[in-house]
Amino acid sequence: MTHAPNIEPTALLEIKTIFLIIGVLVAFLVYKTISDPNHPKKITTALFWGLFGSIFLFGDASIAMFGAQVTHTWVGLFVIGIAILAGFGLVSMGSYQTTSQQEKESYANKYGNKLFVPAVLIPIVTVFCTILLNDIHLGSIYLFDQQHITLGALTLACAIALVVGWKITGGTPLLAMSESRRLVDSIGWAAILPQMLAMLGGVFIVAQTGDSIQSIVTLFVTPDNRFALVAIYCIGMALFTMIMGNAFAAFPVMTAGIAMPFLIQMHGANPAALVAIGMYSGYCGTLMTPMAANFNIVPAALLDLKDKYQVIKVQIPTALILLSFNIVLMYSVIF
Amino acid sequence: MTTLNLLPLIGVIIIVIGFALRFNPLLVVTVAGIATGFAVELDWHTLLTTFGEKFMNSRQLASFLLILPIIALLERYGLQERAKQWIASIKSATTTRILIMYFVVRECSAALGLLSLAGQAQTVRPLLAPMALGAATNEHGELPRWLKDKISAHAAACENIALFFGEDIFIAFGAVLLMDAFLKENGIAGIEPLHIGLWAIPTAIAALIVHCFRLARLEAEITHDIETHHLNQVSQEVAS
Repeated sequence: MTHAPNIEPTALLEIKTIFLIIGVLVAFLVYKTISDPNHPKKITTALFWGLFGSIFLFGDASIAMFGAQVTHTWVGLFVIGIAILAGFGLVSMGSYQTTSQQEKESYANKYGNKLFVPAVLIPIVTVFCTILLNDIHLGSIYLFDQQHITLGALTLACAIALVVGWKITGGTPLLAMSESRRLVDSIGWAAILPQMLAMLGGVFIVAQTGDSIQSIVTLFVTPDNRFALVAIYCIGMALFTMIMGNAFAAFPVMTAGIAMPFLIQMHGANPAALVAIGMYSGYCGTLMTPMAANFNIVPAALLDLKDKYQVIKVQIPTALILLSFNIVLMYSVIF
Repeated sequence: MTTLNLLPLIGVIIIVIGFALRFNPLLVVTVAGIATGFAVELDWHTLLTTFGEKFMNSRQLASFLLILPIIALLERYGLQERAKQWIASIKSATTTRILIMYFVVRECSAALGLLSLAGQAQTVRPLLAPMALGAATNEHGELPRWLKDKISAHAAACENIALFFGEDIFIAFGAVLLMDAFLKENGIAGIEPLHIGLWAIPTAIAALIVHCFRLARLEAEITHDIETHHLNQVSQEVAS
């Protein structure tokens, strides 16, 4: 979450360091793609991930050396390059040397439940660090970037899990990175979609798309009908969230546009209940939209689902029932 | 009377059509961004720098990539197979029970603020989905691809729904602080984050009941799906 940017204390695991680590990982995958002997779209796939990785490897250094203007321009060009490569189907899976199904079964028997240890360590170490080590520091040097504690904790947890996994299976971190190309390639473009959508959200803000949506929704407002007002606010929150992919972006626009003037000021609604239930109505929208890619599309890719919209389809019934529940609940408690 | 400016909505229309026609989403999103920019008369350079700046500033969204090496390594050594074997050794484990248990634990832990205790990359892919699949396989034998996908999608949905409707109860969570700040900015005094968190509880309970009810029916759905699948297979064999 964003905090007020004031004095920035130095940290061992700065956010820039984490971006560099991601950049190195992606660069390694690019190298592995280029040395893949049986890759159908070797050069363009390598270029796709190469463009993406450079933004992590060189982005911050470029800002320091050439300034924000120059950096944002080349990053913008790279992003368009990434979109074109993906859009014309030039990115694909390669060939991978992993273990056979039989070998996997026998390894599973050999290592038993010890295999779960590194996987379970990731969440445990992350939570442990965010709760107990969040502000650990030596003099003025913190362990974690104070603006990004969870991300730092996650990075540390992954590193620890890698070492423990190495201990248990004998598979080195380098082998782990090579193996991850199979996963990253099967996720493919979906890995980049969340950032692309954040970018589109930024353009929408510059273009004041929210104001247009708000004025359309206001067309439906009938100031005297309380139930209709509640329904419009909740459905509006869900719809606007579906468009923006993020309930946080929809909340201020819809609440300032509809809830404040008509429900709170005009009909004296209880603000705490109104905003809490209103935000949840937005979350119902999050469950139903591909624009919330990191929740809905990336998991479908991670699980290798044939239909990338299947997670959304499974969520829609629950989302619609809860949206109706929210409307009724809000109507019965806020006045 | 404010004038209704619909031009900024061109991006929304492109997104809806592009996603519906299943063009590559990266291309659709970029084209929507360019079209929106031009609709409000941004010049090329401003548009490019806006793209670059927003993309740079959202790089933390790619942090799930850091989890993949260890997951990939463990899968090389049979993590998913082990998850299935382990579930097979627990006689009472069914797909429904596994998913409901995960849902309840996840929603409660999110309500206590333990948001990073699980996630799609760190728990659903390596553990929850294989276990849910393993339980169904034990019960019904080898599953067809579409049914496997359906169960996996349910595993991912459990994670999302439990997280979303649990987290807002936790009063130090960003959404609660955002709502609190919004009310204060708009001159509404006397509301504490605690009040907002309390009003999140009814919907959180409703989410628990509604989704667990759906999960309880999933078991019967799977059985029905398998029977239809076998019937179809038999009728196909008879026909050929």
